[in-house]
Amino acid sequence: MKALAAAAALVAALAIAGALAGAVPGGAAAVTVVLPYVAFCTLLGGLTWQVWRWAQTPVPYRIPTTCGQQRSLPWIRTAPIDNPDNGIMAAIRVVIEALTFRSLLRNSRARVGAGRLEFSEARLLWLASLVLHWSLLVIVLRHLRFVFLPTPFFVPTLDAVDGFLRIGAPPLLITDVLVLAALLYLLGRRVATPMLRYMSLFTDYFALLLLLGIALSGMAMRYVAPVNLVSVKEFALALVALHPLVPAAPSMLLLVHLMLVSTLAIYLPFSKLVHFGGVFLSPTRNLANNSRRVRHINPWNHAVPTHTYAEWEAEYAEKMKLAGLPVDGADRGG
Amino acid sequence: MGPIVADKPAIDIELKAPAGDWRDARVEFRKGTFSNASLPKDLIPLGLPNPRKWQPTDLDWQLPRDWQRILLEGMRERLARYRSFRLFMDVCVRCGACADKCHFYLGSGDPKNMPFARAELVRSVYRRYFTTSGRLFGKLAGARELTEDVVKEWFYYFYQCTECRRCSIYCPFGIDTAEITMIVRELLSLIGVSTHWVTEPAANCYRVGNHLGIAPHAFKDGLDFARDELRDITGLDIEIPINRKGAEVLFVMPSADYFATPHYYTLLGYMMLFKEIGLDFTVSAYASEGGNFGLFHSNDLMKRLNAKIYAEAKRLGVKWILGGECGHMWRVLHQYMDTMNGPADFLEVPVSPLTGTRFENAVSTKMVHICEFTADLLYHEKIKLDRTRNDAYIVTYHDSCNPARAMGLLEEPRYVLERSCNHFHEMPAKTIREYTFCCGSGAGLGNDENMEMRLRGGFPRANAVRHVRAEHGVNLLACICAIDKATLPTLMDYWVPGVQVAGVHELLGNALVMRGEKERVTNVRGEPLAKGGAADG
Ligand code: SF4
Ligand code: SF4
Repeated sequence: MKALAAAAALVAALAIAGALAGAVPGGAAAVTVVLPYVAFCTLLGGLTWQVWRWAQTPVPYRIPTTCGQQRSLPWIRTAPIDNPDNGIMAAIRVVIEALTFRSLLRNSRARVGAGRLEFSEARLLWLASLVLHWSLLVIVLRHLRFVFLPTPFFVPTLDAVDGFLRIGAPPLLITDVLVLAALLYLLGRRVATPMLRYMSLFTDYFALLLLLGIALSGMAMRYVAPVNLVSVKEFALALVALHPLVPAAPSMLLLVHLMLVSTLAIYLPFSKLVHFGGVFLSPTRNLANNSRRVRHINPWNHAVPTHTYAEWEAEYAEKMKLAGLPVDGADRGG
Repeated sequence: MGPIVADKPAIDIELKAPAGDWRDARVEFRKGTFSNASLPKDLIPLGLPNPRKWQPTDLDWQLPRDWQRILLEGMRERLARYRSFRLFMDVCVRCGACADKCHFYLGSGDPKNMPFARAELVRSVYRRYFTTSGRLFGKLAGARELTEDVVKEWFYYFYQCTECRRCSIYCPFGIDTAEITMIVRELLSLIGVSTHWVTEPAANCYRVGNHLGIAPHAFKDGLDFARDELRDITGLDIEIPINRKGAEVLFVMPSADYFATPHYYTLLGYMMLFKEIGLDFTVSAYASEGGNFGLFHSNDLMKRLNAKIYAEAKRLGVKWILGGECGHMWRVLHQYMDTMNGPADFLEVPVSPLTGTRFENAVSTKMVHICEFTADLLYHEKIKLDRTRNDAYIVTYHDSCNPARAMGLLEEPRYVLERSCNHFHEMPAKTIREYTFCCGSGAGLGNDENMEMRLRGGFPRANAVRHVRAEHGVNLLACICAIDKATLPTLMDYWVPGVQVAGVHELLGNALVMRGEKERVTNVRGEPLAKGGAADG
């Protein structure tokens, strides 16, 4: 619980710092110009560094976890994706995992009672994670309207689909609702499940609360205290054109939003939020299970001492002869 | 055996919040829940560090003076050598999807047995010494000092993981706690912290050739004894050639097959099969161990033990290698051998001498699993089975962890089983194939002193067997793993009394109709056959 409190306090402090920035001389410039640049560079640099660090670490053994029938005899039906036999199938396995979170879909829940163990389906974690990630993607894509002129062709379509409920004006976007619901579920689950709470760290709560803060401040700018979209776009376009303009009277919500988003960008490469790397680079998932068909090379395969046949036979030759076992004898000596 | 855990399991899962903070590393070495320490007599011949007499219950583990430096240096090295380790340290999101998938967690209710918690025990140290945030923010960033208590905790929990990989299939990033366990055990071995049940067989295997240290002449005696028994059962003289140069096939089996029961009946099954098809094969007294306890200790020890198989195949001049029923043995053969000790360019691509089938899946390693080999024979109708001879058995099949989750050898053994017996029933879907539950005694934990933890860890498996016993009257648990055969009988006796354990090739041996055999009156266990069944093609 201490971890949760600390994370909540930090997110709140960041939000307040953002909100008050407008009141301090130079504060608005720091939050709307300096911070976004720093954040963007850190995000790019940090991610590159992380991926490079993983990629240059060797994969000494081919260790896929197999989740289905191997390819052995031609008449046995295989599980070509869950137990990929070649690189293409392994790539498909990874892509399916990345797009559908397939492994989480396997999730079940075990219960022990009366000396029996029972399993039930547990799909909510999968659903919440999938909804969270896909909604975030749509939301990021929607934001492209601010940084491109003309607005990319797909953004209006996305908006239309997203707003299909046609509730209110501006219309309620379904991804906004979904992202909130998913974050609250994941947060609630973490707090309410004793075993999970026991293991949860500051970073687990911080990531969720930061996203929650970003979502709420963003939504407030749309539904509660609408900001002037034209001026926001002007500001954003100037930012990406590297001719930054500090907005004259930035909305407090915008400052909070920028503050939190920048924090996220800076935090992401150095936190568990780099977990996407695991989806693509994990040697248990991105390798084919064909170790006996294609030799895998270990770049550091060093020599080790062994007990050779000759050494072994030297110890047992007499007894072997007595027992009538063949010995090399004469071949020995070298 | 008297009840070792409370009559019905005193298992409490996620019902009550665990007390305390998981960062508190102190563990209580309670009798029945840990393995004894390695002895100098095994570490010295293997040239392993810090041989000494000690026990986990000792206050002072007599670690080398610079143990902390050794461990951290070892971690640094392995972070640079294994992408798996580096990545698995970085990407866990603590979603908990893996939590209730581990049989040790399900059986013990100990939160540190949740796979991600187990990993967190070392991840916290990784953060402290290898990440900036951990160095700067310490506890807040989930970092922990590496203390002697942490070493003890690692020993306790990383020898409470059977490297079964079940957690890995549920993890969205494929984080394989087995891999982390392998690396932490390797780290611990650097400061002389390992278990007797692992290093004794390893030392025996290294020097003598097999886990029990059976010398070549005694090995021959054992096989001669099998020849006598086979004569009694079948009326045929079935020779088992040893160290015969120029044979076509080198057959490698786990040593338990010739010194332990019920493994031994599987050996009889193999030999009946080889006789019937006239296989030109030999076994080796030098490479008389297919199992590899080095896997449960360190990369190097695994490689040192495994090296014998190719060396012997080369010396004997065989064309290819056939491997018997064993789980962890096949993890090594399938995923490590070729990389470690290959290339096997002195061997030929395995081709079944009877069916002409070229084993395309083994063209590089040149080693075929006996179930692949036998399934192929059956598919091409090269052998004749009378499955009524197994009518006394109502059979279910336990997928061993490694063939299931590190190979995908799922259908081949079933194909053999279904043709060898009339009564076969699967356990519930979430407990077989890739979802299979471990016997609870793998990865070197199958010793007597660790009995309570074994029975707890085996509970999910036993629970599924109990289900099919209630539903179908199952009385035989078939499997293809030497550790299973050694430990499942104890597990069954405790949780599901009345269920026996057998190898797939034991059942095949019973059913195999051999040319020139006398009328079979007993199965390979010497138990009388139920009378009157028609042969089944
Ligand atoms: S399922 Fe994977 S990411 Fe989730 S807690 Fe377990 S190891 Fe971590
Ligand atoms: S590998 Fe098996 S024993 Fe080890 S943590 Fe995972 S599920 Fe548990």
